Amino acid sequence: MGTWQDAMGVKIVTKGFGVPGSHKLSVYKERGGFQAFPKALTWQPAALTDEVKKSNLRGRGGAGFPTGMKWSFIPKDAKLTYLVVNADESEPGTCKDRELLAYDPHLLIEGMLIASYALGCKHAYIYIRGEMMREARIVQEAIDEAYAAGWLGKAHPAAGGGGSFKLDVTLHRGAGAYICGEETGLLNSLEGKRGWPRLKPPFPAIKGLFGAPTVVNNVETIMNIPEIITRGGEWFAGLGMGKSGGTRIVCVSGHVAKPGVFELPMGIPFRDIIYDVCGGIPNGRVLKGVIPGGSSMPPLDASEIDVPCEFDALMNDPRIKDVEVKPGVPFDLGGGRRLKTMAGSGGIVVFDDQTDIVALCARIMAFYAHESCGQCTPCREGSGWLARLCTRLARGEGEAGDVELLANIANGIGGNTICALGDAAAWPMLGFLTKFRADFEARVKAAGATAAHKSLPKALEGAA
Amino acid sequence: MPLEFSAQSKQQVARLLSRYPTKQAALLPVLHLAQEEFGHLPDEAIELVSRTLDVSPAHIFGVITFYTMFHREKPGRNELMVCTNISCMLRGGYDILKHIENRLGIKAGQTTSDGAFSIVEEECLAACANAPMMICGEKYFLDLTPAKVDAALDDLRRRWKETQQGTAADARTLIGMGPGGKV
Ligand SMILES: Cc1cc2nc3c(=O)[nH]c(=O)nc-3n(C[C@H](O)[C@H](O)[C@H](O)COP(=O)(O)O)c2cc1C
Ligand code: SF4
Ligand code: FES
Repeated sequence: MGTWQDAMGVKIVTKGFGVPGSHKLSVYKERGGFQAFPKALTWQPAALTDEVKKSNLRGRGGAGFPTGMKWSFIPKDAKLTYLVVNADESEPGTCKDRELLAYDPHLLIEGMLIASYALGCKHAYIYIRGEMMREARIVQEAIDEAYAAGWLGKAHPAAGGGGSFKLDVTLHRGAGAYICGEETGLLNSLEGKRGWPRLKPPFPAIKGLFGAPTVVNNVETIMNIPEIITRGGEWFAGLGMGKSGGTRIVCVSGHVAKPGVFELPMGIPFRDIIYDVCGGIPNGRVLKGVIPGGSSMPPLDASEIDVPCEFDALMNDPRIKDVEVKPGVPFDLGGGRRLKTMAGSGGIVVFDDQTDIVALCARIMAFYAHESCGQCTPCREGSGWLARLCTRLARGEGEAGDVELLANIANGIGGNTICALGDAAAWPMLGFLTKFRADFEARVKAAGATAAHKSLPKALEGAA
Repeated sequence: MPLEFSAQSKQQVARLLSRYPTKQAALLPVLHLAQEEFGHLPDEAIELVSRTLDVSPAHIFGVITFYTMFHREKPGRNELMVCTNISCMLRGGYDILKHIENRLGIKAGQTTSDGAFSIVEEECLAACANAPMMICGEKYFLDLTPAKVDAALDDLRRRWKETQQGTAADARTLIGMGPGGKV
């Protein structure tokens, strides 16, 4: 295996970016589209899952779960199965799926066709975030085109060896609730209910949508499938790093000169992303820290940015400090495993040395408190307490013991809830406290009017 | 008087029902449809949807209140969804929100007296690399500055006046219908 530099410039899912009319079927076909699916139909379904396993493709929705393995959990004798594409993208800092949908909806449809054939699925759903009205229109138009051209709704003549395989695809709009991005909340929402996450087990692969075995995959994950079939799982695995195949889409925002959505080599170090790809920190300031994968992930400080942007590295690299519950006491993920951080959703948020860290953290906590569905007491109450306490500190009205209290509350949420939203609030809280504790402690001492107090966003005042 | 769907919406409902194995699964799309048609979801609309899908009004009420995009009260014609989450906050999102509030003379969560605008302080809207930003319907306003906000508000107000006078087509569209579902 080479180095990450070898994969610089390789485009798999962003090939359509900037191409005029890239969302149209005719342009997609000119670019070589709808060749992987007919090829896939000449294979046995199980062979496709094996190829995806070989590719080391890992889920791009947040957890990085190996996609081929997820597919293999679907019972072999299942009569009815569903594929659901998660296009609910709402993790703060993440803006890739929206662009992928807008530029290349047919790549998603082709990926869904291949995945559905592999999984024995006859009807697949795309759950798109309700606020994305423009993208919903673009995707619906693409679905209509694919029906008109015979790729959906019937066995396509060009599909040759596939016999009778045919697929229906339905676009389903959400209606504004972050928690519907969590896969079981999403399934409930698709069934016409409140988007409350379900207790697991049973996992969706056994009992998912309408009670049938279901695979939920992220938009970017599915868009990688056609190229894996075209060029082979081995090629895809070889592009990547360790057990993570392919490229990675990152969304870089915050204090960089050139923010954007970029397809980059798996494993490119954060330093290269920030300073080479994105032109460094503007306004003569210096880096303070980075959120590596959406706001639910613990941050890296400026001394930790030489680590590769890759799933396993972010969990294990010894250069990243352990997240602590109190100074010197690492947070236990269970079984003695320590939390560093994770690659998450690919949302990289960069912040400079002038950033009000406590206000930033308060905004993150306010988000999770707002989005908690309220089923579990530790998440519902805990996220609210984190938001209120953090806001109080940000205002410069912190009391002695607040920093310890924040850590205790966060520690009480992690691992004690139905879904991972509780962790999504607790982990960054503990992470910010570990990496930037001095910023929090300064607010306790500075109780009363401070410059930070006056600069605090107004909207946060209501949270306290 | 009980509300009824228009003939066109009835067709959409029938098409929607063919896309799901249960009637209840069509609830979110049918609520979107009802809100498009009636502007918001008063009790009469809940009863209509309840009759249409054989789902209890209590269940529908629970669903409507769970999701932020369903409105029990009529919102402004142009709902400005302004993001203040972290990527936007780091690049001046709160200043942008304040500027909009000042320009329109209302606060986030309120509607102008002429019904032209409401402001919603939004969570991350998935355009973080173009922060600060806002959405209005299908339109994105990216990399906002106060000057860009002013231009956007002027443009939206002009269009709103034109639609009021019936000289421009209403840009609202129905989506998510399955094949042929566009209007
Ligand atoms: C609170 C919460 C929100 C989530 N939001 C999203 C989302 O918006 N999009 C997404 O693809 N996955 C999201 N996920 C992850 C999904 O639960 C699921 O793991 C993912 O869609 C699986 O797809 P993948 O294996 O292709 O990554 C979220 C998870 C949690 C706990
Ligand atoms: S952890 Fe939070 S969001 Fe998840 S089910 Fe429990 S209360 Fe709901
Ligand atoms: S944080 Fe504003 S669009 Fe994502």
